[in-house]
Amino acid sequence: MADNILEMRSITKTFPGVKALQDVTLEVERGEIRAICGENGAGKSTLMKVLSGVYPHGTYDGDIVFEGEVLELHSIRDSEAKGIVIIHQELALSPHLSIAENIFLNNEIKGRFGLIDWQRANSEAQKLLDRVGLREKATTKIMDIGVGKQQLVEIAKALSKEVKLLILDEPTAALNDADSDHLLELILQLKQQGITSIIISHKLNEIEKIADSVTVIRDGKTIETMAKAEITEDRIIKDMVGRDLEHRYPDHTPSIGEEVLRVEDWTAHHPQDPTRVMVDNVNITVRRGEIVGIAGLMGAGRTEFAMSLFGRSYGSRISGRAFINGKEVKLHSVAEAIENGLAYATEDRKVYGLNLIDDIKRNISMASLRKLEKRGLVNDGEEFTVANEYRKSMNIKAPTVLSKTGKLSGGNQQKVVLSKWLYSDPEVLILDEPTRGIDVGAKYEIYTIINRLAAQGKGILVISSELPELLGICDRIYALSEGRITGELPIAEATPEALIKYMTMEAPAEGRS
Amino acid sequence: MTNTELRPGGGPTGSEEIGPPQNKVTSAISHVLADLGKNGIFVALVLVVALFAVLTISARGDSILLRPQNISNLIVQNGYILILAIGMVLVIVAGHIDLSVGSVAAFIGAISGVFAVKMDLPWWIAIILSLAIGALVGAWQGFWIAYVGIPAFIVTLAGMLIFRGLALVVLGNSNIGSFPAEYRAIGNGFLEFLPIDLGPRSSIDLVTLGIGLIAIVALVVQQIRTRVGRQKYGQDVEPFGWFIAKLVLIAAAIAFFAYALSAAKGIPVTLIILAVLVLIYSTVANRSVFGRHIYAIGGNRHAAELSGIKTRSVDFWLFVNMGVLAALAGLVFTARLNLAGPKAGDGFELEAISAAFIGGAAVQGGVGTVSGAIIGGLIIGVLNNGMSIMGIGIEWQQAVKGLVLLLAVAFDVFNKRRSGGR
Repeated sequence: MADNILEMRSITKTFPGVKALQDVTLEVERGEIRAICGENGAGKSTLMKVLSGVYPHGTYDGDIVFEGEVLELHSIRDSEAKGIVIIHQELALSPHLSIAENIFLNNEIKGRFGLIDWQRANSEAQKLLDRVGLREKATTKIMDIGVGKQQLVEIAKALSKEVKLLILDEPTAALNDADSDHLLELILQLKQQGITSIIISHKLNEIEKIADSVTVIRDGKTIETMAKAEITEDRIIKDMVGRDLEHRYPDHTPSIGEEVLRVEDWTAHHPQDPTRVMVDNVNITVRRGEIVGIAGLMGAGRTEFAMSLFGRSYGSRISGRAFINGKEVKLHSVAEAIENGLAYATEDRKVYGLNLIDDIKRNISMASLRKLEKRGLVNDGEEFTVANEYRKSMNIKAPTVLSKTGKLSGGNQQKVVLSKWLYSDPEVLILDEPTRGIDVGAKYEIYTIINRLAAQGKGILVISSELPELLGICDRIYALSEGRITGELPIAEATPEALIKYMTMEAPAEGRS
Repeated sequence: MTNTELRPGGGPTGSEEIGPPQNKVTSAISHVLADLGKNGIFVALVLVVALFAVLTISARGDSILLRPQNISNLIVQNGYILILAIGMVLVIVAGHIDLSVGSVAAFIGAISGVFAVKMDLPWWIAIILSLAIGALVGAWQGFWIAYVGIPAFIVTLAGMLIFRGLALVVLGNSNIGSFPAEYRAIGNGFLEFLPIDLGPRSSIDLVTLGIGLIAIVALVVQQIRTRVGRQKYGQDVEPFGWFIAKLVLIAAAIAFFAYALSAAKGIPVTLIILAVLVLIYSTVANRSVFGRHIYAIGGNRHAAELSGIKTRSVDFWLFVNMGVLAALAGLVFTARLNLAGPKAGDGFELEAISAAFIGGAAVQGGVGTVSGAIIGGLIIGVLNNGMSIMGIGIEWQQAVKGLVLLLAVAFDVFNKRRSGGR
């Protein structure tokens, strides 16, 4: 029998209203590199959070057996004490502290009188840096080194805790090719030293390169685990997306009219680092009555594109031309964008979309107060009537429009956001992750609303991480990868496999497109 | 989501429970309680007044706090803090703070002394120029906050030092005094038209009473119109009995207040200024697009920006406005003392900020009302006044005021947590 370092047995984790993990079983052999694949929201991160004690023992069902012992973890500290270390996608380093300080944060090397022995800490840190192949001084501040090197510091930090099982959550998502290669090499080296790794990744090429086996998770369930010899891209993709697409989406008969939005050569750079291209020469069109999707992995530049278009809400050095109804428009501010008939519902309603401490009525009117202005004052009664109409037509479930939006469910909050934008009477609606964090029933309602808007002749641009969603509601889909449009497929030709191929297409080096 | 069955074409079937139907009495009671909760600050003012009314009962058997002369003083002594509180609450709603208002008030007071006394300009020109300079001061601070992006705390902390310093520079190590009578009136003047003698050392002004009556009628008409308006648009209204009871209570309070003023020296000019400001600013805050934008920004700045609200411009004009109101407060204070001195305005910012917070403004922004800030300011004023009458020393007054501020905000936090608003 195989020597398993880790067995997760029938793990089930429920959040209010959602079963995030259902009877998940994961067996990892000592010394192997295991890849875990799955779409966004499939449950990968939840599973790793259970394993690392972020969700403590008792908040889930099932057992974690690590080195033959059943674990009852209550915090990350517990899991680290056992030798399980997780490195999150968003690095957890403190930018103003040095590398050594970060490595030994909350694990300080103490000398006499319980004071920190900086001499020893720095020299220990230096040894760890050598081990991960990072040529930087241990006293360098984190903010002075790049993301790739920061990732190595995270690994050095893990090594300082005598790690036995290293979990990396999309470790190369933010890295360039050279840094990625280096990191993958390092993981292989650690394997030689007897460290087991679990690597969550979207990038199929790197999985093929380093993984000894792959487990695919979908909808909170393990689909299958493949040994190295069995791994093929097709099989992974099929496992990742292979679900029944029937009846999740309302019927939609497109009646497509004139072109309403055209964007040409749209380019935007990172707001803090203007040399980094985030959106690269994007060209798209949307016609009246058409629902157009943008598919892309996290970090592909989907939201960055939408927000830079919407009144330069994101980015620096933005260039390109935008046409609405064939007329070129200037979109230098959000107010201008709204005036020209654009609307953008953000991917994060709570942070960017709603005033949660205010009521439904005032949230709906927020973007169009001028419409309610009479002799310099906002007409309260009219505002109430308008909000009430939207409450009924959008089926917002709240006792009155005076209910605070912070108390509504995700689906109802999203309906308020949509109402706000409908009231601004746009020509084109950009919907960024319109159903994120919404339960299945409410999703169906949102899709119905989207269809209705298209039928009214609006142009709709949907950004989504969920391929089935795009395939279920769109008429045409663009694939975006590393800031570029890498493919455009009419719905008849769009398949998950085809889209994933375009979405994972690397930035064309010169000559390849 | 234990039920994974999909309902194509149907949408969710489970309709929201809105709660069991209540009978009239329980719904009326719950309405009154909710109303008291919402108007907790008003109830607090009534309690504070009642407490000190009892604590300051004199040997003659009447309450010193409620003597006409004292009520008149209360307004005049707190007018400038209340003016500041109006601007401050808007700044706080937008998620900022202004620590400089005391220094700005001192600076403008000094400048007005130069205009009105040293240069001997007509009083009204001096006032207009002073307010304009207040606007410039606000524009200066607003520029750094809105367009450079420096936190208001820092900018106005710097402003606190800068304008205190400039006040000293303008005064040149001395005081400026002997302002023209018209100028003095804004801090010290009273309007009395038809005093009727009611025996020795006692008279009553009919015009003041008349204005009180007009205020009551205006209030009643306005309240009824609002209620009818809400009903017309199908909004909920409070039970009729409670509505009437509230109106009667408020009308009685105004009547008593008008009587007190008419029996003292008449209507203080400061009160007229204040009344006009409260009317204007309440309307701006509640019903103008600009005011709505302030609340939207304070509630969620990102969402406001992404809704096309020009957040920078709103921030900028808020501070310009604060500058003008700080200038006005400086003028009223200088006029009252008939003296522009280097210590003027000391600590005003803290009283104005306290007033806003006691009046229900939220530290995170997005919440707060002009009327709340005024009532908060009055609570501080009554505390000051009542404790002074009782002969409590300044040291204890400070401590008590600090405690009241803490308790008021704690109460607010507690209330929100209980209602699940987090």
